Amino acid sequence: MNRGLSRFNVVSLTLGFAFLYLPIVLLVGWSFNASKLVTVWGGFSTRWYGELFRNQAMLDAAWVTLRVGLVSATVATVMGTLAAIALVRFGRFAGRMMLTGMVYAPLVMPEVITGLSLLLLFVALDLDRGFWTVTIAHITFTSCFVAVVVQSRLVTFDRSLEEAAMDLGATPLRTFLLVTLPLIAPAVAAGWMLAFTLSLDDLVIASFTSGPGATTLPMRIYSQARLGVSPEINAACTILIGLVTLGIIVASLVTKRAGMLGKG
Amino acid sequence: MSGGAGAGRSGGRLLVAGLPFAWLLVFFLAPFAIVLRMSLSERATSRPPYRPAFSWEEGPAGWWEKLGQLGFDNFAGLLDEPLYLDAFVTSIRIAATATVLLVLIGYPVAYAMARAPARIRPVLVMLAVLPFWTSFLIRVYAWVGILKPEGLLNAALMALGIVDEPLQILDTEIAVQIGLVYSYLPFMLLPLYAALERQDATLIEAAQDLGAPPWKAFWLVTVPLSLPGVLAGCFLVFIPALGEFVVPDLLGGSETLMIGRTLWTEFFNNRDWPLASAVAVVLLVIIVGPVLAYRHLEMRRLEAAR
Repeated sequence: MNRGLSRFNVVSLTLGFAFLYLPIVLLVGWSFNASKLVTVWGGFSTRWYGELFRNQAMLDAAWVTLRVGLVSATVATVMGTLAAIALVRFGRFAGRMMLTGMVYAPLVMPEVITGLSLLLLFVALDLDRGFWTVTIAHITFTSCFVAVVVQSRLVTFDRSLEEAAMDLGATPLRTFLLVTLPLIAPAVAAGWMLAFTLSLDDLVIASFTSGPGATTLPMRIYSQARLGVSPEINAACTILIGLVTLGIIVASLVTKRAGMLGKG
Repeated sequence: MSGGAGAGRSGGRLLVAGLPFAWLLVFFLAPFAIVLRMSLSERATSRPPYRPAFSWEEGPAGWWEKLGQLGFDNFAGLLDEPLYLDAFVTSIRIAATATVLLVLIGYPVAYAMARAPARIRPVLVMLAVLPFWTSFLIRVYAWVGILKPEGLLNAALMALGIVDEPLQILDTEIAVQIGLVYSYLPFMLLPLYAALERQDATLIEAAQDLGAPPWKAFWLVTVPLSLPGVLAGCFLVFIPALGEFVVPDLLGGSETLMIGRTLWTEFFNNRDWPLASAVAVVLLVIIVGPVLAYRHLEMRRLEAAR
């Protein structure tokens, strides 16, 4: 469908994207505002960033979040990729319906239910709540997102390359490592990124499954945000937004490069 | 293929499918059984704060005996207390309103995205997806500074002379609607765009050649063909919005009762785990309906396409 944009189309696009981006832009602007008030511009200042970096509780929370994100995204990527391969390549097998359901259900499941049910499981298993319980919880819901991303790549994938490798005597494992994996690598990387950002962002599930000493950054931000707007939080949010944007730019450049190499 | 290689292969397959299967079984599916058990338990002032309805020591015989005298007290409590019923009704109303608003707002934007020159379409899609990657919490929190009485929106309205005194928008249902529409817009845009983008432009041309005015061609051709996308968008938005916690908590004040928040309060503030679990079970039951309906419609559509 491509028949040029009417004036109405241009207006809807402009308003739609302004609505999506204005709050984020405002938040970034406020973080550099010397004034504490959101309606007064007190001049450009990095004062709140200074205060943020002197806030030990915030730094500790950031460190916990980073560790949880790195570990959970990595395990979730392995788990999600395996699930995607099973769903796309194995044809019909016992439990396929159930695996499909378990992969898709967490995507729309309200977070309060996922959080509560995982916590009750950890209590029933008598696990001490902390870093590992949050990490396990994050692996569980982010691996489903990875599975969907990798699955969509596997579906559009030319199988004849794999068949050729097998015909030439490669074992399934070798075929996977030498043929399949390099070809789906961009999707796997995108899955990892998505899992990492989802883990970085999660408040509800982390609140349920965390314990003393494992307060994550969103939990810390949330407890301060409830008390109203604070410039320090604006600064913390701006850093997070910056990191995620940087990650996405790098990821899209890598994908583009991989795409060009694939063609070349 | 030799027998040995075949056995190795099936072993490998078992590992590939079995690992994620086992993980999700233990950490996603099994916990629901525990929630169900908890919802039938009694609250107690111990640590953890409940008396289990079933315990391992009793064995199957004991469980069977208990099944007869199971306490549905928590569910009865949900019905007796108008607070909970209200929270469920309010959640469904707010989520449904937000879904309708999202279709009305998302459709023109997705339509414009689909009609844009092919060259800039990937950029538009990227722009629509990008907010999804930024923290939900942060994006909702940004609205506090805009909507609060001394916030940006009120300052703008007063400077323009539209209102004389600040409007109370924050801590109302309107703020929750704004927050929901804002945070779920990308989820609506993408399925709508996907449905509109793959439509064949010649269909519209055919309708117009046959004398249909543009609005009629749009209404009779474009809209019906995009309905699966609309449905997918509604599904992706309505269910998470129903159990939403962050939006009503930060923007809704103490007035707006939504079920996700009730569950949170019962669990964290009142430490009533069995009641919180009962709320979760009812929420799940409410969700199962739309999920099954959606699956049914999808199946029918796929069969019709075949």
